[in-house]
Amino acid sequence: MSRRPFIRKMRRSWWLRRRRTLFYMMRELTSLFIGLYSALLALGLVQLARGSQAWDSFIALITSRGGVIFQLLCFAFALFHSVTWFAVTPKAVPLSAPAKAVIGAHYAVWAVISVVVLLLAGRFVDGSIQ
Amino acid sequence: MVRSNKPILWLPFAAGGLVSALIIPVLIAITGVLLPLGLIHLPYAKLVATVHNPIVKVVFFGVIALSAWHAAHRMRTAAHDLGLGGGIFVKTICYGSAILVIFAATIALLLL
Repeated sequence: MSRRPFIRKMRRSWWLRRRRTLFYMMRELTSLFIGLYSALLALGLVQLARGSQAWDSFIALITSRGGVIFQLLCFAFALFHSVTWFAVTPKAVPLSAPAKAVIGAHYAVWAVISVVVLLLAGRFVDGSIQ
Repeated sequence: MVRSNKPILWLPFAAGGLVSALIIPVLIAITGVLLPLGLIHLPYAKLVATVHNPIVKVVFFGVIALSAWHAAHRMRTAAHDLGLGGGIFVKTICYGSAILVIFAATIALLLL
């Protein structure tokens, strides 16, 4: 058996050359922003556990210009992740239901969860302390 | 049949993909849009009281842990595609940072 298998040289930027591969890489890179935002959530919990001063500095961080820009970037990638993840689900999990129904069900659950979370967040609209 | 430990890696990856797809956008809409616009307020005492609820703790833990693991696993394979290799270095960076995030969130939730 050959111990020197042929390995084709590829440029690191190979995925930039075609729209299909660019789309693929953007889709995979959504996970970076999902990970970064989950780290931000974890940081928020840590600051909350450390006390009110630490919490206020966390609020200042996420409402700062940089914090907002970072989160808007995460938001764009998160939406792209949702859409592409739902689209891929019927291919990854073969169910007897038609693909369109599976994808539609995911969008329905997505809408319900989003509305429920926003309703729960409604408790925090008035700014009262209790 | 060949046994493999891979499901341990990709089951939380798939669960994290689904959970993050369903809930992360609305969370960012709250913390990144509604909060900076002043449409919502997150005062310390009120949030501490909310997170004190065990159900809220479990939800936060689930969302953070699964999302972080999803990202680590997917970035590991993306790193390979980007020509960065799939060796111990990439694995340590990816899974290590996810474990750090999960650990920090767990400690914070236990203290709250």
